[in-house]
Amino acid sequence: MEALSFLADGVLVALEPLNLLLILIGVTVGLFIGAMPGLGSVNGVAILLPITFLVPPGSAIIFLAAIYYGAMYGGAISSITMGIPGASTAVATTFDGRPLALQGRASLALVTAAIASFVGGTIANVLFTLFAPLLATMALSFGPPEIFALMLLAFATFVGLGGDDIPKTIFSICLGLVLATVGFDTISGEPRLVLFEIEGFLRGIGFIVLAIGVYGIGEMLWTIEQTRGEVTTTNPKMTMKGMVSDSKEAMRRGWKGTGIGSLLGFFVGVLPAAGATPGSLMSYGVAKMVSKNPEEYGKGTPDGVAAPEAANNSASTGSMLPMLTLGIPGSPTTAILLGGMVIWGLTPGPRLFVDESEFVWGLIGSFYISNIAALFINLAFIPLFVWMLRMPFTILAPLIFVLSIVGGFAASRSMHDLWLIIIFGLAAFFLRKFDYPLAPAVLAIVLGPIAEPTMRQSLLLSSGDPTIFFTRPIAGPITVVAIILILLPAIKLLRRKRSEKLA
Amino acid sequence: MRQGEISLAGLLALFSLYLMWKSAELPIGYIRGQGPGGGFWPFWLSVGMLLSCVAIAWNWWRGKSPASVSDEPLMDAFGWRTVLHVGGGVIAFVALISVVSMYGAVGLFLVYYLRFLGRHSWALTLAIAIVLPIGLFFFFEGAMQISMPQGLPFTQPFFDVMYDIIY
Repeated sequence: MEALSFLADGVLVALEPLNLLLILIGVTVGLFIGAMPGLGSVNGVAILLPITFLVPPGSAIIFLAAIYYGAMYGGAISSITMGIPGASTAVATTFDGRPLALQGRASLALVTAAIASFVGGTIANVLFTLFAPLLATMALSFGPPEIFALMLLAFATFVGLGGDDIPKTIFSICLGLVLATVGFDTISGEPRLVLFEIEGFLRGIGFIVLAIGVYGIGEMLWTIEQTRGEVTTTNPKMTMKGMVSDSKEAMRRGWKGTGIGSLLGFFVGVLPAAGATPGSLMSYGVAKMVSKNPEEYGKGTPDGVAAPEAANNSASTGSMLPMLTLGIPGSPTTAILLGGMVIWGLTPGPRLFVDESEFVWGLIGSFYISNIAALFINLAFIPLFVWMLRMPFTILAPLIFVLSIVGGFAASRSMHDLWLIIIFGLAAFFLRKFDYPLAPAVLAIVLGPIAEPTMRQSLLLSSGDPTIFFTRPIAGPITVVAIILILLPAIKLLRRKRSEKLA
Repeated sequence: MRQGEISLAGLLALFSLYLMWKSAELPIGYIRGQGPGGGFWPFWLSVGMLLSCVAIAWNWWRGKSPASVSDEPLMDAFGWRTVLHVGGGVIAFVALISVVSMYGAVGLFLVYYLRFLGRHSWALTLAIAIVLPIGLFFFFEGAMQISMPQGLPFTQPFFDVMYDIIY
């Protein structure tokens, strides 16, 4: 009950006129930054960090948290309307969001994303309020073997559940993981896989380069070639009545994904090294696994939009938890927030809740208010985003190409990366023609930099004994489930063959 | 398509071999006291890529994938033309960035696409091709403090005027 009274005080702090104004501005700015391919919450928070020195620390962190929330909502917008995930957290949203938009149901996808994000954020806030110290202790028991097991599970949900060609899916995952290793070996510090001795590869290959290449260039070329340039986003009309019925449909057809995403996203988000991206991808995989109609996934089901969107919002709140209670940032954005707090003279860690309780509860109160503000601001802008889709495709397509190239440069500031985007785009076009699934490669390049070091650290811990992934109480069950999911297609095939023989 | 599927698998197998060779520049085994070597992870994943290519070729041989039993060409003349026009336009766009600046290249690409591929009117084409780069300039250089490439020196007077507006 003590927590509730602190929370009530915190909400009152967040509702102070200056703080409320900062929340509204922060959410709106975050929404547009998040919607821009190549820019995510980390850019918004980093760029606006100096502005926050003009206001008291409590208001400053509320402003940055509002940008963070807005950007999380915004990531879904480019995934749905343009088919380009603006940030790694919104990759899974493209899987069903884009097909819905192409069927003329962009407003349903956007409304589903907004509602799922709101529910995910709210559930995470409640869990945060009630269990912050307990969860922080639990997160600490996750060492490298546990995180690696979790990564294995994330890949397994794609191999085991994908209806696509299995060898091509495995090729795609391996390719993404290998591309993630280009640059420097993070453990020995030696240059690694500097392809064709081109110096630009020393900086590695970022997720956004592959994602923009695959979705912004490759997928666009494929769409133009397949549809002969006559893309029909079947009349995406937008009326108030339509939005109300979309909201009802989103709740009816997306509640399961929202529930899974909200809970799974939060727990994955709390883990120091994981964050919102694995949370959203795993939620998509699990929602598909438990669905009665898994074949609808990837073709445009609201559940497929709701699960990753609820998860990435929930995980964003979750990743604030280790930052505040332990001083460990769970994502690049929370790392910047942590830096800001240190500059303002606050020391994150267990003492923060005692020494600076007004600050902490003001921040937690602002999560609730930001979440509500983000929902309404997002819903208010949906007609604008849907209007964009009503443009003739011969106007929309060059705009998407321009945003891809400009956003790609903004993310890396390197011409080398722009040429890589083009090469990946052309390669993705031809691979797509031969049914190679490319989403697993994009997933792998995001998760690779987490998976490899944790695997190597685990083997170092066990002096090279791989049973470490099976013998630890948390890692063991996760690894076993992951292996079962990986073997699922083979088991299904054997059972089918056996039943055919018996028949 | 049938020919293309096996050719692509062959090409990807060669790329996998190249990645295996390149990964082997660092140790690919277990080093006592240091754990797996720096090349361990990419090497064995490249082996996974190569084995996947073998499996893809096996499926092709048995005619299990849709492309392996298709007699259709990869693309017809219209498809090739479209891909060349659009893909070529995007390549030219990136090539022009170092010459006419990012904003100049955006404007030229929009004129090419809207007017020559999209067949829109000159009025609409010019309106979008002028307003969008200027909007992007204010967003990136002004609001986000991100500098885009400025091309060759002849674009400088334009940037001088624009920076005067921002600062």
